This record gives sequence, C-alpha cells and structure tokens, in this order.
Amino acid sequence: MARESSPALEVEDLTVAYSEQPVLWDIDLVVPTGDTMAIVGPNGAGKSTLIKAAMGLIPAVAGEVRVFGRPFAKGRGEIAYVPQRASLEWDFPTDVLDVVTMGTYGSLGWFRRPGAGERDRARAALEEVAMGAFERRPIAQLSGGQQQRVLLARALVQQAPILMLDEPFQGVDAPTERAIVAVLDRLSDEGKTVVVVHHDLQTVPEYFDSVLLLNVRAIDAGPVAEVFTEENLRLTFGGRVGVLAQIAAAESGG
Amino acid sequence: MTAELEILVIAMVTAVAAALPGAYLVLRRTAMVSDAISHAILPGIVVAFFLTEDLNSPLLLIAAAATGVLTVVLIEALIRSRLIPEDASIGIVFPALFSIGVILISRAASDVHLDTDSVLLGELAFAPFHRLTVAGVDLGPAALWSMGTILVLNVGLILLAWKELKLATVDSSLAALLGFQPVVVHYGLMTMVSVTAVGAFDAVGSILVVALMIAPPATAYLLAERLAPMVVVAAVVAAVGAALGWAFALALDVSIAGSIAAASGLLFAAAFLMAPRRGLLAQARRRQGQRLDFAVRMLVVHLFHHEGTPEASEECRVAGLHRHLGWSESWTRRVVGKAAELELVERNGEQVLPTADGRRLADDAVIGFGA
Amino acid sequence: MELFSDYTLRVVALGSGVLGAAAGALGSFAYLRRQSLVGDALSHAALPGIAVAFLLTGSKAPLTIMLGAALAGWLATLAVGLVVRRSRVPYDSALGMSLAVFFGIGLVLLTVIQKRPDAAQAGLESFLFGQAASLLREDVVAMSALGAACLLLLGLLWKEFKLLSFDSEFASSLGRSVGRLDGLFTLLLVIAVVIGLRTVGVVLMSAMVVAPAAAARQLTDRLAPMVALATAIGVFSGVTGAVLSSLIPRLPTGPTIVLVLSSVVAISLVFAPRRGLLWRWISLGRLAPSAALDPVLMHLYALAQQHPGEPDHGHGIAVLRTMSPAGVDLDQVLENLRSRGLVERVDEGLWAPTAIGRREAERHLASQNETAS
Repeated sequence: MARESSPALEVEDLTVAYSEQPVLWDIDLVVPTGDTMAIVGPNGAGKSTLIKAAMGLIPAVAGEVRVFGRPFAKGRGEIAYVPQRASLEWDFPTDVLDVVTMGTYGSLGWFRRPGAGERDRARAALEEVAMGAFERRPIAQLSGGQQQRVLLARALVQQAPILMLDEPFQGVDAPTERAIVAVLDRLSDEGKTVVVVHHDLQTVPEYFDSVLLLNVRAIDAGPVAEVFTEENLRLTFGGRVGVLAQIAAAESGG
Repeated sequence: MTAELEILVIAMVTAVAAALPGAYLVLRRTAMVSDAISHAILPGIVVAFFLTEDLNSPLLLIAAAATGVLTVVLIEALIRSRLIPEDASIGIVFPALFSIGVILISRAASDVHLDTDSVLLGELAFAPFHRLTVAGVDLGPAALWSMGTILVLNVGLILLAWKELKLATVDSSLAALLGFQPVVVHYGLMTMVSVTAVGAFDAVGSILVVALMIAPPATAYLLAERLAPMVVVAAVVAAVGAALGWAFALALDVSIAGSIAAASGLLFAAAFLMAPRRGLLAQARRRQGQRLDFAVRMLVVHLFHHEGTPEASEECRVAGLHRHLGWSESWTRRVVGKAAELELVERNGEQVLPTADGRRLADDAVIGFGA
Repeated sequence: MELFSDYTLRVVALGSGVLGAAAGALGSFAYLRRQSLVGDALSHAALPGIAVAFLLTGSKAPLTIMLGAALAGWLATLAVGLVVRRSRVPYDSALGMSLAVFFGIGLVLLTVIQKRPDAAQAGLESFLFGQAASLLREDVVAMSALGAACLLLLGLLWKEFKLLSFDSEFASSLGRSVGRLDGLFTLLLVIAVVIGLRTVGVVLMSAMVVAPAAAARQLTDRLAPMVALATAIGVFSGVTGAVLSSLIPRLPTGPTIVLVLSSVVAISLVFAPRRGLLWRWISLGRLAPSAALDPVLMHLYALAQQHPGEPDHGHGIAVLRTMSPAGVDLDQVLENLRSRGLVERVDEGLWAPTAIGRREAERHLASQNETAS
C-alpha cells in the first residue's frame, strides 16, 4: 500500500490486558492523515494505555498497529510522543534546552553527540511554544505549564508527521493552554496528524476534528459533529451526562 | 544442654526476635534501614564498651538503641531538607557512622577485645563460651539470656501496640488523624530494630541480622494475606531457617551465621516458586487455565464486533482469524474448538459466527467495564 | 611532595583515586535513578563471587577476583529484578535480601576456604573491611584499566544514559532498548564497585557510590558538571583519605576516605549557593524548605503566572488589596517580603516575586499537593 493513500495510523483488534483483566478490548481505529483527534473517556478507560500500546511501550495481547500502511516496527520513527508530565522526575539536573535536544537523539546514532544543528532545531521548537527565553533554566524550577510546553517542544523537534500527546492540557495555566492550541493549529495546517488523550469534554468540539470515545472498548470514532452526541457520551461515561449533553447536543445540532 | 544445642536455641531465638520487627520494616518499605542501623550502631557500642569494658553490659544495648535512633533521625533530617532523596540519605549516613566506629576501635587500643571481624560477622560458635554466672551459678550462655530477653520484649511490645503498629504501617495519615502518634510508633520500631541488632551482633554479626530481619518476613509476605498470620509465619520461617542453617553448618563445619542466612534465602526462594497463590508455579498454572477462557472471550467479542460489518466475511473466516488476532494457527484452532464446544460460536462453512449465547456473552463482557 | 615518594602511599593513593573517580561518575547516574543503595547491595553480594573465584582457580590475582565479584554482583541484580517483577515483594526488601543472603553464602564459602591446607584466606578477608595498605601495583594497574574502561564507555554512551535516567519511556519511544541500556549501566556500576572493594571494603562501598553524587548535586544544576564534580570529589576524597591515613597512625584507609567524603557532603549541604542550608537560612530566615507561606506572596505568584516570560511584569497594590482580606497591612507585608528577598518593587507601586520567591511559592504548592494526595 502506497504511503500517501494510507491513513496515518491504523489500529486493528488491539487488546491489552493485565493478568487476564482487559484494559483495552479489540480496538479498531483509523486516524486519517492530517486529522486532529481527541481520545476521551472516563478514568481507567484505557486512554493512556491505548497510546502507550500503540507506541509499543507496553505489550499487547493481540492486534496490530500500522503507520502509513507499514507495520509499526518500521514506522515508529514517524511518531513523536509527549508523555504525561507527572510521570517524570523533574528534579533532574539539566536545563530546558537540553531536554528539548533529547528529542533529536532518535536521529543520532549511538555514539554521536548532538551538535549545533541539533541545538538550533531545539531552539526553534522552544520558540514555537513561547519558551525561547527559558533555554538555560534548570527544569527543576519550571512551573507545570512550562514543563508541559518543554515536553511538547521535545516532540516537535523530532519533526515527525504524527504526534501522540497524553493529557497535555491537564493542570496547565491559561497561557500554556493557548500555546498548545496554537501549536496544534499550526500542525494541522501543515497536514500533520495529532492524537491527543484529552480530559476536558467542553473543549473537544473547539480543539479537535475528530474524536474517539473510549471505555475499554471503542464506543465510537469519527468526526466530532457526527460522533460527539449525547447518546454516545452516555454510553461512554454512563449515567446522566447533564451539562455535557447540552454541549454535545449544541454541537451536533449546530 | 550440649554446646551444639545451646547454639541451636540461641540461633532460633535470635532469628525469631529479628523477624518480628522485620515484618514491619518489610511492610513499610523501609527494609534497607535495617542494613543501615545494624552497621551504624557500631560507634555507640564502641563508646559504651570503652566505658564499661564489658561486652555483655546492658549499657551497650542502651548505647546501641540510642545510636540507632540517632541514625534514623539523621537520615530523616537529610530527607526533610529536600536536598537528598531517601535512598541516598540512607547510603550516606550509615557508612559515616560505621567509619567513626571502626576508627575509634583502631585508634583506641589493639588490646580491646572488640575487633571489627566479630562486629560484622559474629561467631555463634563461641556463644556457649560466654556464660552468665550469677552468684557463682552457671545460668547458661549469656547470649541466650540477652537475646531471649529481647525476644520477650519484642513480642510484648508488638502485642501491646498491635493496633498502633498496624494502623501506622498501613495508613499513617489515618493513624495520625485518629490520634495514634505514628511518629512514636515509628521511633519505637526503630529502637526495637537497634536493640535487636546489637543483641544479635555478638552472635550473628550485623549483616546477618539484616538477613533475618528481611528474608523470613518477605517469605511470609508471599504466604499470608493478613498481618497477624504474616507475623506468625515470619517467626516460624525464621526459626526453621535457623534450624536448617545450624544443621548444615554443623554437618559441614562452616560458618553458622552464614548458613542461617543462606537457609533463609533458600526458604524465600522456595516460597517464591511454590507459594500456593503467589508463587511462580501457581501463577503459571493460573495463567494457563485463564488463557484459554480469556481467549475464547476475546474470540467471541471480536466476532461480535465485526458481525454485520463489511469486513465481516474477511475478519470472521477461520483462516483470517489468526492473522487478525495475532495468534498462531494452532492456538486459533484450539480456541475456536473450545468456543464451539461451549456453543458460543458455530461454524458456517468457512466462517465462524457467534451464536445467540455467544452474542450475549460478548455483550456482557464489554458492558461490565465502566460504561 | 615528599609524601608521595613513599611507594606504598603512591600505590594506595592512586588506587583510591581511581576508585573515587569510577564510583563518583557512575554513582551520579545511580543517584539520579534512585538506585543509590544498589552499590551497597552489589558490594555485599560480591563476596561469594570472590570466594568461588578463589576456589576454582586457586589464584588471588586481582582480575580473577574482580571477575568473580562482578559475576556474583550481576547475579544479585538479576535476582532482585526477578523478585520485584514476579512477586509483590517490594524493591527495598528484595535488595536487602539479596545483599544479606549472598553475603551469607560468601561467609560459608570463606569458612570452607579457611579449612583448606593452603589457608591463604587471609588475603580474601581484606575485601570485607578493605585493606588499602595491602594494595599492590598489580592491583592498581588492574583497577586503573577497568576504571578507565568504565569512564570511556560512560562518555561514549553519555546521551543514552542521560536519556535512560531522565525519561526511560521516551527512550523507548525513540526505539532505544531500555532493557539493554539498563543492563549495560548495571554492568558498569558492578565494575566500579568491584574496583573499590579491596580499598574500602564491603560496608563502605555504598558511600563511595552515593556521597560524591550527593555532594555534587548541591553545587550544580547541570548533568555534565555534576558528574565531573562527583568524579573530582571522589578522587579528592580517595587521595586525601589515603594520605591522612598514612600520616596518622592507626587510621585505617577505608573509613578515613569515607569520613573525608562525608565531610565534603556536609560542607556542600550547608554552603552550596542557592540550594545550601546556609543560603536558605540567610535569605529566608529558616532552614525548612517551606512553611506556611505568606498569602500575599502566593497572590503575587499567581498573578505572575499570567505573564510567563515576563519576570518583571509587576502588579499594583490595588490588585493585591482585592485579593487579600480586609485589615491586612499590605505595605508592611510587602516590605517584609522584600527584605527577605522574596519580592521586589519593579516600578512605582508595582510588585513582582523574585526568582527565589517564585521557587518558594512553587515548593510550597508542591508540598501541599504531596500532603493532599
């Protein structure tokens, strides 16, 4: 299958289980090239697991992932990953520029050092997230929003056609949220594919083209207007959905 | 009692005395503190020895307890300063204190009967030769009396403070909320560890105290589900390990303390492998049994999902199934066979389709999760 | 220096220096990965390896001994990994168990050796407490070669180890094999530990791995300087310890080195710029990292967060007044905060938190989150 005609990401029958307890059941997902997709669902629904399993960071019991039509093992270099910032030890002795430069390590071999070229790319990425002035700041002194932007810059520097972000908007301040959204917009304009685990239902219609509703299995996936309905939200989150239903109704109606 | 039997009894008493506080250390995830304390008490012992010139003086116990608590205080001061992480704090404090102890010994006088060998290694074989004589009556080996007393004290304290220890170990914020002073419990436990360590160092040496404080409780952790049984099992395993080690050492004429440590490790390895629920073998057996059931469920859910979709004919063919699910052909055949046997699927020529039962199972399987 | 004309001293000092360098450098990464006590475990677990090496080959050649020690240490780390992965026994217990059990096995083997007619076991016991004075030229040559190899590999794999220590998941996502890198790092650490056993002995090895890194961390916020400093501190402590121990009678080398190290750690804890305790006390008037912080500072901090990248953007008293309860004398509070270096007046009537003030606010927030969770 030619690369151009294949969707950016295809997940087929992906199942992940811990001691025979399924965390993800038989997930099928197609992410078209250039799409900006949100993954939403309740806690424990497997959202982070989906991203990590798709990236090969945790083993899957069944299923496969294809990147631009090629098996994942060949296509892994096309995906850049932004983990949850809480999963990192921020007291590490290094500065912002250094962390972003780590994003270039994938393209360097085993024994090569990052040079001026790599650092310039890192600087450019920092400018994009409005952190250019913080190059030399030790990361232990960063606020939550700044940490998030640094991780985003680290992924940007990889210049991959696909980005996967795990809860990037969680607990960040307004300027950071604006910066991230600006980056997402730019990426979308450039035809890049972005998949985001997102926790805030209210902003889904505003920030994303399509959405995957996930609760251990895929409830539904597709363009926001079609899929982000009250019915689907109820199936995903269970029970009465209240305010969210109004948003969803407004979205699908409008 | 013959000397050998005395050694056996001393060994078992020491092992049980150590396993009791050790159980709490293991549960509180502060097992390495036993290593730290058992080394760091050296300077306290040395100073007390200089003052009393008597290895069996109770002053040694007090000094050791105090030094043990001091060690913990220093470690926690470092941690609270937020400048050094917990594990590094431990690794810095105890070598410094131990070094002070060793230097004190070397500098003091070489006729001091306290050489570093015995501190580190102990030698149980000599225990019967230090006797406790009161008013000219030989009451038995001194080590038996001191360790025996410590054992009784440990048992007593644990029984008295059972609730407090349990709560403080499991949930220290709740304990504080209920007025149970987890800090007091904490330092009480550390004192118990220090006293036990100094009592035992003469017999088994400080490093083997660590073995006795960690291995039997860790073994019990794999065998018991509740606290009381765990503590009891820890004590039993400790005693058994001591006996096994003793027998082995006597038979081959090797280090008794080392044999006991090795035996304790062996018992842990046995539990690691063969514990009824948590052992490796039990885990493997459970997985075997569950694997087929789980795979049948996966198969049915998979068929259910793709039923009626355009790819159905492709996804649900026997030949295609193994590719889509990433299973080997033989495993796929086995799973399909089992599913057919359970009447969850039926074959329709090339295709495998869910039955009504199968569809219900699939529906239940996914509805159960959160939604 | 006349001191170094003494052959033994030269040998001992060189050996101690090599040990300090290797342990300091590799210990930095162990420290950052929260694996500080692995050095302790490795050194204890090495004992049976030393005994077996001697039993099998009858030789006490340094390389043979070190190989046996390294293999045993390696086995111990495998055992710890296995236990942690496949059972609910926590990491620290697994570490302590393997440390003590392996050591016990080593003791048994030592007594076996003791009974042999060629009771040359005395040399083996020097590993327990270190007997730097017994170091021979051939020992130091072996140590230096191994130490240099370790440092070289560390340099070549610098960015891999940095990535592994900071964010192993990201390393995975880039396609790096985290398992292999971890194994390689452990191997280097094992070698560094094994190098030092003869000099400082089993018990004190833990400090050689941890302390230089801990001291260095207080003095810098970047990785390369930290590792370089740790290496330097390790060398300094090793050589100074060796010299002092030869100058002062009845001062064994190993403990002296450790005491020198501990002093360096204490000094850096107190006097380090920006992080040190003295600095904290002078600028904040207390030693604890965070107490109940002044609400006005927290308000200013929150306001400043709205203007990232503009550290001098000030806010007026009027805004602060709306955020504070009535009756608070803002002028006095702000003046007090200013004298403590936590806020500064950036313009007429406009205030902003200083870098220290921001950090204190963040630390306070972080500690609040910790107690809440």
